Amino acid sequence: MEWTDAAAAEEARKGNQQAFRVLVERHSHAVFRLAFRMSGNEQDAEDLVQETFLRAYKQLHRFDGRAAFGTWLYRICANCSLDLLRARKSRRESQPLEEKDDVRSWLDRVAAPEPSPERLTHSSQIMSLLGPALSRLSEMERAAFVLRHYEGCDIEEIARTLGVQANAAKHSVFRAVQKLRRALEPAWGVVR
Amino acid sequence: MTHLSEEQLVDAYYRNSPEMPAHWNECPECRATFARLKEHLDAMRDYPVPVRGPSYGGEVWSRLLPHLPPARRKRVWFRWWTLAPVLVAVLVVAFVAGMLTERRVRVPTTPEKARERVLLIALSRHLERSQIVLSEIANGNAGSIDFPEERERARDLLDDNRLLRQTAARNGDAVDASLLDELERVLLDVANSPAEMTAGDFEALRSRIDSQGLLFKVRITSSDERFRGQKL
Repeated sequence: MEWTDAAAAEEARKGNQQAFRVLVERHSHAVFRLAFRMSGNEQDAEDLVQETFLRAYKQLHRFDGRAAFGTWLYRICANCSLDLLRARKSRRESQPLEEKDDVRSWLDRVAAPEPSPERLTHSSQIMSLLGPALSRLSEMERAAFVLRHYEGCDIEEIARTLGVQANAAKHSVFRAVQKLRRALEPAWGVVR
Repeated sequence: MTHLSEEQLVDAYYRNSPEMPAHWNECPECRATFARLKEHLDAMRDYPVPVRGPSYGGEVWSRLLPHLPPARRKRVWFRWWTLAPVLVAVLVVAFVAGMLTERRVRVPTTPEKARERVLLIALSRHLERSQIVLSEIANGNAGSIDFPEERERARDLLDDNRLLRQTAARNGDAVDASLLDELERVLLDVANSPAEMTAGDFEALRSRIDSQGLLFKVRITSSDERFRGQKL
């Protein structure tokens, strides 16, 4: 029998682990994508996926079905990511990384998305700058930008997810865009 | 003529059907600025994400399953973590022996690095043991958890925790010191809790661990420090 997300969540809440398994298998790819974009690191993303589902399982009683299960799950993942980014930031501040290593290791970790030859040069230049530029954003800016730009969340949803006012969420997205455009200037010339 | 601000243009980009003021139609400069912004933001859409195969969901489930709170808990008399204090003791003896040997014999290693490595591994193991106590509480309920056992383990961990926290503070590692401080307060609560805990007290303790994200922070730091120790 094919469960809907809501039905599987209801079953899982009653203690049916197989129902939760359905949800895990259905949403793992999407959660991983969000986690990777939030963390920029494959191993961290795997940890985040696990932590997200673990928290979701423990908080199933709080899922009231008003939002889609996926949305609820992404909210948990975004919060886990914020925790991780904050922890990483503190650690990075106490142990600064070599920027070049940072760039190289980020590039080494991601798989090439089969680019067309004409796109390759420009696109790879942008990508080589984008990962490190994202990692230099504040955790709030990064989370807001990823949710807006890659997940298509609206400002109210981002504000709810991050626990801030809508204006603050909107401003975080804006600041992130400004910083990223500035960081990517070498790839497309001076941004006015 | 007042041009549209960059913030307005960013806002317009993310709204799929931008409702621009009349100025938009009259101003080629604003349209050009928007076109450039759009080009830049579109280019960032290709942020590559490592590919995961079709069996990924099953793999996540396999990794997750051992961590899910079990429906019923069986009492097991021997558990691997009972060996943890012995492992820590061996580590400390090895560390002290290493320090003494190092004073007598000049070996071609960097003692600072060796010391740091031992400390990092000791910290990582301590955090792994603490993680078990926190997990038991976070995943248990007042009826199922063997609380006297958790109290004993928390008491064992407290001494190590104090030592490691003081060392971290002395070495200027504010991040680890702060985490250990946070952990110590929870361990203290567990160690000093009554033998028969009420459901309310237990829930308060559990939500404290949850709300601080302590378990997650302990897990991340433990794996970070282990990795750093292995690299040295």
